[in-house]
Amino acid sequence: MTLFNTLLASAGGEQNFFAHYIKEPVYLISAALFIFSLMWLGSPRTARKGVYAGVAAMLLAVIATWAALDTFDYFTWIILALVAGFIVGYPLSRVALTAVPQRTALSHAFGGLAAGLVGTAKFWYWFEPETGSPNLTAFRMIAIILEIILGYLTFTGSLIAAGKLMELKWLPQRPWVYKGQQVVNLGAFGLALLLGVLVIMFPDKGWSPWAFGIIILLALNFGWMLVMPIGGADMPTVISILNSYAGLSAVAMGFVLDNKLLIVAGALDGSSGFILSVLMCKAMNRSFTNVLFGAFGQVQTTVATTTQKAVRSASPEDASQLMEMASSVVIVPGYGMAVAQAQHKVRELYDALTKRGIEVRFAIHPVAGRMPGHMNVLLAEADIPYDKLWEMDDINSEFPTVDVVLVIGANDVVNPAARHDKTSPIYGMPILEVDKARTVMAIKRSMNPGFAGIDNELYYMDKTIMVFGDAKGVVGDIVKALTSKLH
Amino acid sequence: MDFMSYLFVFMLSTFIGFMVIRGVSPLLHTPLMSLTNAISAIAVVGSIVVAGSKDYPIGVRILGAVALFASMTNIVSGFLITDRMLKMFKKQEPGK
Repeated sequence: MTLFNTLLASAGGEQNFFAHYIKEPVYLISAALFIFSLMWLGSPRTARKGVYAGVAAMLLAVIATWAALDTFDYFTWIILALVAGFIVGYPLSRVALTAVPQRTALSHAFGGLAAGLVGTAKFWYWFEPETGSPNLTAFRMIAIILEIILGYLTFTGSLIAAGKLMELKWLPQRPWVYKGQQVVNLGAFGLALLLGVLVIMFPDKGWSPWAFGIIILLALNFGWMLVMPIGGADMPTVISILNSYAGLSAVAMGFVLDNKLLIVAGALDGSSGFILSVLMCKAMNRSFTNVLFGAFGQVQTTVATTTQKAVRSASPEDASQLMEMASSVVIVPGYGMAVAQAQHKVRELYDALTKRGIEVRFAIHPVAGRMPGHMNVLLAEADIPYDKLWEMDDINSEFPTVDVVLVIGANDVVNPAARHDKTSPIYGMPILEVDKARTVMAIKRSMNPGFAGIDNELYYMDKTIMVFGDAKGVVGDIVKALTSKLH
Repeated sequence: MDFMSYLFVFMLSTFIGFMVIRGVSPLLHTPLMSLTNAISAIAVVGSIVVAGSKDYPIGVRILGAVALFASMTNIVSGFLITDRMLKMFKKQEPGK
C-alpha cells in the first residue's frame, strides 16, 4: 500500500495516476506493436499477422486514452462520429480493387483533415488574449502551424487526386498549367510563411486568429494547386507524396499534443510514403526535388512522329501456336489490362500454359497501375500465385532466355526508346527489357500512341507481332485456341 | 516539457521506419500503404482528447468530433481493406 501511495503522490494525485502509470506504458506497447506490424508486413507469409498487430495496437491506444481522460464526458457527438466513421469506412473497405487508389487518396484526405482540425481546435482552445496565451509556446505554435499546413494541404490535394483517379468529368485528366503558375505558388507560399512566423511570435494578439484563418485558407489552396497540374500517369508518385504528408501531419499533431505514440506512428507512415515516393520517382525517371515542390507533371506533349512503319500482325490463333511451342513465357501486364477487366482471362491463360509444362511468369514494372504495387493486387485477386510475379530488376536479366513475351495493356514501360533515344520524353526511365526476348507479342486496340502520346518502337521490331483487339477478347481467344487443341 | 526528447523520438522512429519499410517487398506496396494509413489514423487519440474533454468549448469539441469521424473512417477502412487484399496473395499450390 505504501508503494501505491508513493506512486500516487509522485503522479500528482489520484486523477493522474492512470494517465502516468497505465496510459504511457500502454502507449509504449502500442508503439512497439505498430513497428512489429510493419515488420510482419514484409513478407506475404506473415503479412496478415501484421494487420492483427496493428489492430491490437490501435485498440490498446484508444482504450488507454479514453480511460485516462479524467475530464471525459459522454458527448453525443462522439458516438455520432464513431458510428458515422463505421458507416463510411466499411463500404470504403469493400471497393473494387481497381478503385483502391482512389480509396487510398480519400483516406489520405481524411487523415489530413483530422490533423488540420485537431490543430485548429488546439489553437482555439489555447488562444487566450487576456492572459497572453501561455500555452501557445513558440515550439507548440511552430508544431501547430506545420500541422495545419500539412493537414489541410493533404486534405484538398488528396481530394483532387481522388477525383482525378475517379475520372470525374469536371477535372482535367491532362496536366493543368497556366502562365505564371510558379510565381503564384511561390507568392502564396511566401505569404503563408510570413503569416506563420507572425502568429508564432504573437499568438495572443486580437488579429492572430485571423492570420491563423488565412493560413488555413492558403493551405487548403496549396493542396489544390499542387495536384491540379499533375496528369494521370504521375498518380503513383502523387499518392505516395500525399501519404508522406499525411504521416508528417500526424507527427506534428504528436508534438502539439505531447504524444509520443502519435510521433512514432506518424513517422512510420511518413517514412513509408517517403520511400515509396523515391521509388516511384526512380521508376518514372523524375527528379525527387521537383516532385517535392510540386513542379512536376509537366509531361512534354510532343506530338508523336507518326511515320507509318510496317508492323506484323497476327490472329489470336497464331499467337496461341507460338506460345505452345515456347518453353518460357513472360506476361507484361499494364493498367490497360485492368481497365479491360482481363485479369481473370489472363489467369485462364496462365493455367492453360502451365498445364502444358510451359513456365509462365509475370513481369511487373513499379509504376504498373495507379499506385505502388497496384498491379500485384489486381493479379493476386485473379488467383495468380504471387511467386510468379517478378519485379523489374529481377526479370530484366532473364529476358534473353525467354521465348515469348506477351504485353497486355502496357506501353511506355516496355518502350526501348527509353534506353537510347535522347529526344524521347521517357528517355532514362527504367523499362522492362522485353525487346531482348526471342519473340514479343503485344495486344493493342489499334496503333494509336498511348496516353503519353509517345510512339513505341517496340511495335516495329522484326521480332514483334501485334495482336489487335480488346485485351479481354484476345486473351479469351488465345485460351480457347489452346484448350481446344488439348483434346 | 522536453522538446528535444520528442525530436529524438521522431528521428529514431523515422529511421526505424526506413529500415522496416525497405524490407517490405514491392509485391505488397499497396497493402503497405493501406496499413500505414490505418496506423497513422492513431490521430484518433488526439481527436478523442479534443472531443471528449468537458472543459473545452463546444465549438472546439465539434471540430474534434469531425476529426474523430475522419480518423475512425480510416481505421475501419484501412485495416479491413489491407486484410482483404492480403488474403488474396497465395503461393502456387503444389501439384497444380
